[in-house]
Amino acid sequence: MTNASWEALSNQAVAASGVVYFLALLAHLVQWAGLRKLPADEEVPSGRIAMAGRLGVLLTVIAVGVHAVALLGRGMAADPNRVPWGNMYEFTLAGTFFVGLLYLVFLRRFGLEWMGPLVVGFILSMMMIGVIWLYEPVAPLTEALYSFWLVIHVVSAVIATGAFTLGGICSVLYLLKERSTAERGYLARLPALISLDRISYRMHAFGFPVWTFAVLITGPIWAHQAWSSYWNWDPKEVWAFITWVVYAAYLHARATAGWKGRNAAIVALVGLATLWFNFIGINYFSTSSQHSYAAPVSFSPSRSEPASTEVPL
Amino acid sequence: MSGLDVKDTGGRDRQATPMPTDMNARELGRWIWRQVTSMRTALVLLLLLALGAIPGSIVPQADVDSLGASRWQEAHPKLAPIYDRLGLFSVYDSPWFSAIYILLMISLVGCIVPRTAVYWRALRARPPRAPMNLSRLPEHAAYTTTDAPDDVLVRAAAELKRRRYRVVVGDDSVSAEKGYLREAGNLIFHLSVLVVLVGFAIGGLFGYKGGVIVVEGQGFSNDLTQYDDFVPGSLFKGEDLEPFTFTIKDFEVDWLTEGPRAGMARKFVSTLDYQQTPASPVETYDLKVNHPLTIGSTEIFLIGHGYAPLLTIRDGNGDVAYSGPTIFLPTDQTFQSFGVIRAPDARPGEIGLEGEFFPTFALGDGMPRSSFGDLINPLLSMSLYTGDLGLNDGSGQSVYVLDKANAEQVMTADGKPFRLDMREGDTVELPDGLGTVTFDGIERWNKIQISRTPGKLVALTGVVLALIGLLGSLFIRPRRVWVRTRRDQGSDATTVDLGALDRSNGGDPERGELELAAIMASLHHPRKDSP
Repeated sequence: MTNASWEALSNQAVAASGVVYFLALLAHLVQWAGLRKLPADEEVPSGRIAMAGRLGVLLTVIAVGVHAVALLGRGMAADPNRVPWGNMYEFTLAGTFFVGLLYLVFLRRFGLEWMGPLVVGFILSMMMIGVIWLYEPVAPLTEALYSFWLVIHVVSAVIATGAFTLGGICSVLYLLKERSTAERGYLARLPALISLDRISYRMHAFGFPVWTFAVLITGPIWAHQAWSSYWNWDPKEVWAFITWVVYAAYLHARATAGWKGRNAAIVALVGLATLWFNFIGINYFSTSSQHSYAAPVSFSPSRSEPASTEVPL
Repeated sequence: MSGLDVKDTGGRDRQATPMPTDMNARELGRWIWRQVTSMRTALVLLLLLALGAIPGSIVPQADVDSLGASRWQEAHPKLAPIYDRLGLFSVYDSPWFSAIYILLMISLVGCIVPRTAVYWRALRARPPRAPMNLSRLPEHAAYTTTDAPDDVLVRAAAELKRRRYRVVVGDDSVSAEKGYLREAGNLIFHLSVLVVLVGFAIGGLFGYKGGVIVVEGQGFSNDLTQYDDFVPGSLFKGEDLEPFTFTIKDFEVDWLTEGPRAGMARKFVSTLDYQQTPASPVETYDLKVNHPLTIGSTEIFLIGHGYAPLLTIRDGNGDVAYSGPTIFLPTDQTFQSFGVIRAPDARPGEIGLEGEFFPTFALGDGMPRSSFGDLINPLLSMSLYTGDLGLNDGSGQSVYVLDKANAEQVMTADGKPFRLDMREGDTVELPDGLGTVTFDGIERWNKIQISRTPGKLVALTGVVLALIGLLGSLFIRPRRVWVRTRRDQGSDATTVDLGALDRSNGGDPERGELELAAIMASLHHPRKDSP
């Protein structure tokens, strides 16, 4: 296959997985629309409602598979072949893929079926944002990105982002359910507050070491190789550090101050806000970031670099 | 409040702690210490640290982006002095930012020292005795059997040991505990934060970072006078520079001519001949992006490149007043470059040239510009100045700026500025008998960053240790399990009670219950290999 046909395959796979995610969302909506009428404690192990739920999960599995093909196509379309996270569009594709994958991996273990509609809806919206506003044709990367660390640094950052996002969804649901007095419907059918809190904690407990590895170990090692200094107070680094500190505060609060539930959920959502702001916002607010995409290439005497370094994180 | 009451508080009972206004100096000191080292303070300081880091990502920082910072200051003449006083142009060494992290470190030390002592005692302590009523514990199970109570306890002890519990057998109960390493992980994590800071500080104090532009074919020896810019750490001594030298033998670059990134340069390779010391043999290294050259503890990075037009200026008397490559600084990705050439010794008048170099000259919208970074259609376009170029009064000035205060631009007869538009090999005669300029050729230069970062391995070790400690503190599950037997007088049935307490936070209740059920099953139906 030629590079152009790989690229076309990737674009088609993105469209196809978008459609399948949408069908999965519909299936979950049918499921929850049916569940709305039933009392919150009534289990529905079989019948049309349960069927719709299982169909939703099955469609999500298919969509994540096609999503993987889209990523593979992006990587194969580049010359030389590379990992498919070299620009904002590819990073969005990879990030949403890992959100979906982690959801499926944790689905049985933590009993996350109830998260289905939100996860699928989130992936679908992010993919749409990516396709509409962030799309770029496959292009060679700038020199500094051709490094072994592109694989390990970015993939760990993406996995942590996926885990934090799932944890953040739990925290939002916690806050909503806490205020809700409904006896039926979606919120009433969610796991008990204490379980939501615990699942959220465990997502964050998984994401935090991975984030530490991405931001404070592989990031500095690569920065040292490429830019001669392992910590540059670059805006992206600063915000990654801020995210780290906020999540450290979250874990610290849970472990020692006994902040469970509401306060912890709020801190977790602040962390999630800094994380996504760092991913998308900082590229538009800062012109000096060495990780920047949106900024025009600056080539000033003090910062003359062979590569206008574009690193997604 | 009586004297007895004050003595009784002993620093432990928060309820009885007097307010700061009632305290003498020593008590106040202890009160402050307790506040600083409290968990709540640590939490607030962590969030403050996050908040305090934000301005540094919005306002350009002088030591990260000095050009950006000075441009910002020019654009905001009213705000700039206020921001400057607040330290917003160097947030990360400002007093208030330092105050936050120093307080955080004090809080951290104040937290880990007592916790280490507690942990040390806990490590050597025996698992606590079984509570009287195990059914009150969050995890509980019970069964009755005809086995003798002592047999059950022996089996329980064996099973718990097999599950890596620390076990103590009492008269009618077994106490077991595991997961001691969780707190060790926690302490390691906190200690490592200090290690990282020490590493960071060593780099800041004893390291240095310097930059130099070297033209292809020319050399560099590691001496303070050779650097274009040099930022030493506050305790760095100039004589610590390692005595290496290098020469750039060759520099190659690939220009992409098609595809979405056409015009981008790639695959920079700078071939260096270097000597570690003047006495050592000459070695060769291909310096690339992401592949620095390490000499001793110093590292050499390739971080930029550009063009250096080669010119010869002969003055009115025919003497060579200037000859050699001149570094032009690129102003955009097409490598349109700006530069200045000065020949103060030219007679009858000093000669100054200022202008642009276009690697691939093109006219776009009537404006001269470069359309590509490679040398496809190179053109040099300079304007001419004469008079006093300000080079003889001894004051230093940038080689990239022409001092026009006492110089005047040379005009043509019809009053337009005189321009030299030259291609390689051209010679232009200057008006007013000033002399001639010859464009001999084009060389390339590399911007080389040279830095020494002592303590980087200390910092790296610190972060790796922190990660290991973190994993321990998040995923090791400290648990206590108790088994108690009871046989009523005259009965031959033994009641066995099991209880467990998961002391991790966010622990998984189902897993705990499964473990308890498995322990119970093994007591009920002993494994073949157990006694």
